[in-house]
Amino acid sequence: MLDLITSPLRRLGHATINAVWRLGFASRFLLAILANSGQSLLRLQLTIREMYFAGVMSLIIIVVSGLFVGMVLGLQGYTTLVKFGSADALGAMVALALLRELGPVLAALLFASRAGSAMTAEIGLMKTTEQLDAMSVMAVDPIARVIAPRFWAGVISMPILAALFNVVGVFGGYLVGVVMIGLDAGTFWSQMQGNVDLHYDVINGIVKSLVFGVAVTLIAVFEGYDATPTAAGVSAATTRTVVTSALAILALDFVLTAFMF
Amino acid sequence: MKRSTIDLWVGIFVALGIAAVAFLSLKVANLTPQSASQTYVVYADFDNVGGLKAKAPVKEAGVLVGRVADIRLDPKTYRARVAMNIDKQYQLSDDVSASILTSGLLGEQYIGLQQGGSETNLAAGGTITITSSAMVLEQLIGKFMTGFTGKDASK
Repeated sequence: MLDLITSPLRRLGHATINAVWRLGFASRFLLAILANSGQSLLRLQLTIREMYFAGVMSLIIIVVSGLFVGMVLGLQGYTTLVKFGSADALGAMVALALLRELGPVLAALLFASRAGSAMTAEIGLMKTTEQLDAMSVMAVDPIARVIAPRFWAGVISMPILAALFNVVGVFGGYLVGVVMIGLDAGTFWSQMQGNVDLHYDVINGIVKSLVFGVAVTLIAVFEGYDATPTAAGVSAATTRTVVTSALAILALDFVLTAFMF
Repeated sequence: MKRSTIDLWVGIFVALGIAAVAFLSLKVANLTPQSASQTYVVYADFDNVGGLKAKAPVKEAGVLVGRVADIRLDPKTYRARVAMNIDKQYQLSDDVSASILTSGLLGEQYIGLQQGGSETNLAAGGTITITSSAMVLEQLIGKFMTGFTGKDASK
């Protein structure tokens, strides 16, 4: 009977301690990556290879999603704005929604599920097959050789992907608003240019995506490095990457938005 | 170190990213390289600026001639002092009048300038003396209501 009450409490306590322990380990892990970055930046080839897998291979999903998000924004924005007789503001609405929120956030969510999960699975499998230990035995630091290039590749790729998402999204809004519905193209662009501020909207959006890039990539490489070296452990780590990244992106987005705008 | 196709793809990827940021800053955000040297400042005092904000357009005959630089309360007169950056290519007469207008029913507020007949130009740093305030809907309704009840009482 007593066990029925204490068991959930014990589990909660255990989960809390485990979470704090992992947070501490992740912080030390980030410092280790930063300390070992010199080597990975000197041997750029490693980082470029990872940028190919994380960035270039994510292009298709980013571009297609961006186009459709932009088109939906155009359609939804038009049906709402036309009620207030201000359909002319469609360009500004699409651009602001994309640059401030949807571009960085959706690109980061897609990046976490496309590239982050792959990074976790790859590093987790390397750990399971004892490749990381083998490197250590050969006096090759796995953090410098495997983790740091992936980290920097993710951090560099994320803002690029978010910027491309924004551009394609704006084009999608143009496609629906101007080509399909028939708004005036000049008004579409001039309203956009009149209401979008370079510093507040463009630069802050890029800063946001950079922060998301750091968060998502760190979670991905950390979960892989920390994975239990079994098949089930790697799959659990991959799931945790997607879930934790999504929550981290949304929470960070709230904090950053409160700071910036 | 050999060149590989991966380098090419990553190169294209990075170039696309740079192009995207350039597109966003030039085409979407309209990065106007309007430096302070191409504009001069004039001031105008208003009783009420309504919803006017910094960067709001300043228009003359519907043409954009400048932007609102700064709005602050004058501590002596308790009126709103609006600083405007006017493009150097446009000259204002010294009896120009400024009024706060609204574009459309739900549109943003802007300053409309109306040139006077004077031959002399307003100097940089000068103040526009003839101003009319923003229309505040609540005041308008209030006036209408008092006018309405007044008429009712006289009947």
